Amino acid sequence: MSLMITDDFRDSFFQECEDLLEAMNDGFRLMAENQHEIETVHAVFRAVHSIKGGAGAFGLDALVAFAHHFETGLDKLRAGKLDLDDTVLGLFQRCGDHLADLVGSARDEVDMDAASSAQLHGELDAIIGTVVQDDPDDAPDFQPAGLDLDLLFAPAPGGRYRILFEPWAELFRSGNDPAMLLRNLGRLGTLSARLNTDHVPPLSELECTRPHLQWELILETDETAETIADTFEFVDGLCRLEIAESATGETVRPGGCNSMPDAPTGEADATGPDTVTHGEQTQPIARTNDSKRASAATIRVDLERVDKLINLVGELVIKEAMLSQSISKIALPSENEVSVGLDSLKQLAGEIQEGVMAIRAQPVKPMFQRMSRIVREAAVATGKRVRLMTQGEHTEVDKTVLERLVDPLTHMIRNAVDHGLEDPQTRSAAGKPEEGTVILSAAHRSGRVMIDISDDGGGINRAKVRKLAEDKGLISPDADLGPAEIDNLLFLPGFSSKDEVSALSGRGVGLDVARSEVQALGGRVSITSNPGEGTTFSISLPLTLAVLEGMVIEVAGQTMVVPITAVQETLQPRTAEIHAIGQDGRVVTNRDRLVPIVDLGAIFGFRPPPETLDNHVLLLVETDNGRHCALIVDGIQDQRQVVIKSLESNYGHVNGVAAATILGDGRIALIIDPDGIIRDATGPIGGDFQLHAAR
Amino acid sequence: MTLRVLAVDDSRTMRNLLSAALAQAGFDVHLAEDGADGLQRLADTAPDVVITDINMPRLDGFGFIEAIRMSGDNRNVPILVLTTESAPELKARARTAGATGWIVKPFDETKLVAAIERVAIPRGAT
Repeated sequence: MSLMITDDFRDSFFQECEDLLEAMNDGFRLMAENQHEIETVHAVFRAVHSIKGGAGAFGLDALVAFAHHFETGLDKLRAGKLDLDDTVLGLFQRCGDHLADLVGSARDEVDMDAASSAQLHGELDAIIGTVVQDDPDDAPDFQPAGLDLDLLFAPAPGGRYRILFEPWAELFRSGNDPAMLLRNLGRLGTLSARLNTDHVPPLSELECTRPHLQWELILETDETAETIADTFEFVDGLCRLEIAESATGETVRPGGCNSMPDAPTGEADATGPDTVTHGEQTQPIARTNDSKRASAATIRVDLERVDKLINLVGELVIKEAMLSQSISKIALPSENEVSVGLDSLKQLAGEIQEGVMAIRAQPVKPMFQRMSRIVREAAVATGKRVRLMTQGEHTEVDKTVLERLVDPLTHMIRNAVDHGLEDPQTRSAAGKPEEGTVILSAAHRSGRVMIDISDDGGGINRAKVRKLAEDKGLISPDADLGPAEIDNLLFLPGFSSKDEVSALSGRGVGLDVARSEVQALGGRVSITSNPGEGTTFSISLPLTLAVLEGMVIEVAGQTMVVPITAVQETLQPRTAEIHAIGQDGRVVTNRDRLVPIVDLGAIFGFRPPPETLDNHVLLLVETDNGRHCALIVDGIQDQRQVVIKSLESNYGHVNGVAAATILGDGRIALIIDPDGIIRDATGPIGGDFQLHAAR
Repeated sequence: MTLRVLAVDDSRTMRNLLSAALAQAGFDVHLAEDGADGLQRLADTAPDVVITDINMPRLDGFGFIEAIRMSGDNRNVPILVLTTESAPELKARARTAGATGWIVKPFDETKLVAAIERVAIPRGAT
C-alpha cells in the first residue's frame, strides 16, 4: 500500500525547490556581502536539507547524494568548524549552482554528467577536511542493547520468549506508554503478563514521578526475537529489557494479573485525560509567528485562468470605452447621473485592469539570482574578478516577459564581463580596483520596466568597433558616425562573429539577437558608454504583453495602430529632403542618413503611393537589427494603450500585421508589425547602413 | 474513532506527501509549517500523535518537542520525529528533548502507519 506519487506531488516538489534555491542564493549573497548571521547559515542549510528530503521521497538518488554531501559541508560551517573565506564561499556557491542543475535535470528527467558532481564532492571533502562518512546508518548507539547475546542463541523464528520489562521515568517522559508496548507485543502472538509490584513503596514514601512497576511477560509467537526486540525500538535505553528463550511450560508467576494491564500506574496515565490546564507557554510563541506569516500567504493559480481573466478585463475596458464614446455623442451635461456613473465605472475598470495585470507580475529577483551565477561562470571563464550587485530586485514584471528576458539578459551579462570589464592587470594599471563590478538593476519608470546592466569597465573602444564594422563591410569607411551611432553598431547583425568573440559570449549569438528578443517583447535596448568608466545597456520593457502603447494613425481612411516602441520620430519632410531612387523608390534624408520611404496604404493595398508627401506625415520607425524605414501615414489621431487581440488563432499570420485591437468607438484596428513591413519593403538585407555604403 | 495526526514540516513537498499518505491511511490529518506554527495548531487540534521534522525555521523540532513536553494539555502526546537518515546524534537529541520515536525518511505509507500505530491510539479508545 505504497503512496501513489502523482505528477502533482512532483510539480509541487519542483516548485518548492525553486523557492528553496532562491532562499539558498539569498543566503549566499548575504554571506558574500558579509552581512550574514548564524540564522543565514541555518536557512541555507535548511534549504539544501529540504531539497534532499523531498528528493529522497521521489527516489532522485543523484540529487539526494549530492545534496547530502553539500549539506555535510554546510553543517560544518553551521557548527563553526569551517571558516567562511572566499574559497569556501566560492565552492558553496558552485555547489549551489550544481544543485540547481541537478534539480533541473531531475525535473526534466534528463541525466546529468556525473563527473561534475564527483569533482565538487572531492572539493567538498577537501575543505571539510575529512572524507565524509557515506553511511551514517552505522549507528552503534541505537542497536537494541542487551539483546544481542540472546539473539545469537535464538536464530530460528518462532517459540516461546520470556521478557522482563521495567520502564524507567525517561520512558514516560518520551511519551511512550507501557500499555502501547504491551499491546503491540500482544499482536505478535499470545502474551501473558504478570505485573510485579514488589518494588512499589508504601504510599507515604511513594514518589509519583518515579515508576516502580515491572512486567514479566511470556510471549508465544511465530516471530523472531529480532521482531520482538523491534517492538521496543523506541524505548531502547529507557527501560530495563531482557528477552530470553523460555522453556516450554514456563508460565508467569502466579499472583499477578495474567491479562493485559489496563492502566499501568505511575505516569502511564499521562496519555489519559488531561489534567493540566492549557499552557500559557505556547501562546506567545504562536502569536509572534502569525504576524510574520501573514505577509507570505499565497495561493497558486493556473496561468490559464489568469489569462482568461486578463482577456475578459480587456473586453471590459473596450466596452467601457465604447460606452463612453456613445454617451459623449449625446452630449449629456457632466453632472448628469449617467456621466458621473460612467466616470466611476471607468475608474473601476482601470483599477480592475491594473489589479489583474498585477497577478501575472513577478519580482525579477529569481532571474537576477540566475544572473549572479552567469557572472560567476563568466568570471571563471575569463579569469576576471567580478562582483555582481543587484538593485530593485523586488520590481515586478509580467511572468512571460520575465521568462523571455532570461536569454537576452544572460547574453548582455556575459558580454559585460567578457567585453565590458578589463582584466585585473589593466584595471590596476588604470587605478581601478582589480575586482570589476557589474550592476544589474530594475525599476519602474513611467509605466515601463527599466533594466540596466552596467559595468565599470573601460567603455566601448569606438575606434576598434568602427574599424571592425568597416572591415566587415557593415559601414562605408567614410561614413560620418557620432559616438552613439558607433556604439549602436554593436547591435548590427553580423557585427560579432566567432573569430573575435571569445568562447564565452560567442556561442554564435550576437547582441543583435539579444536585442531582437527584447524588441519582440515590445522593449528597446540602448547603450551608453563613457571611455574609461564603463558601459550601460538599458532595457526598457512594457509592464505587460496584454496591453500595448500605440500610436493610432490613419491611412487611406483606415485606422491602424503602430507600436510606440518602434516609432523613433515623426517627420513632416520638406520636398528637398525627399530623393527619388530608381523607378519608384523614395528616400528621405534624416540625421545625415538616407531612410527608405514606404507607404502603408500601398503596402496593404488600400491605394497607390501618393505623388507628393505634402499632406502626409512620415513615421520614422526602427526595428530589429537597427533597420529604419519611414512610413507614410495620412494623420496621427492619438497615442494610447490598446488591448492586444491576437489574430493568429483565427486568421493565421498576416505579414506586416502583428495583431488587432478594438478602439473606443468599436472599430477594429490592425496593429502593424514594423519589422515585417520593413522586411517586405526593403528586402532581406535592406536598411540605412547599406544605403550609406551605396552612397 | 479516527486517529488525529498533527504533521509538522517546513517543506511543502513533505507536507503534501505526509498529508496524502496519512489521509490515505484513514487518519485525520492536520498540518503545520514549523515548530511555532505546530504549537499553535497543537492547541486547536489536540492530536493523538505528532509527527515533526527536525530542521525547521523559527522553532526547530527539538524546541518544538521541548515546548510540548513542558506544559499544556498535550504534553504527553506521542511525538515521532522525521529524520532524513538514521543519524544517531539527531535521534539522541530528539529523545532528550522528549521524542517518542522516529521515522526515517524517505518513508512510505506502510512505514509511516506502522510507526504511528506503534505509539498512538485514538483518544478515548482503549
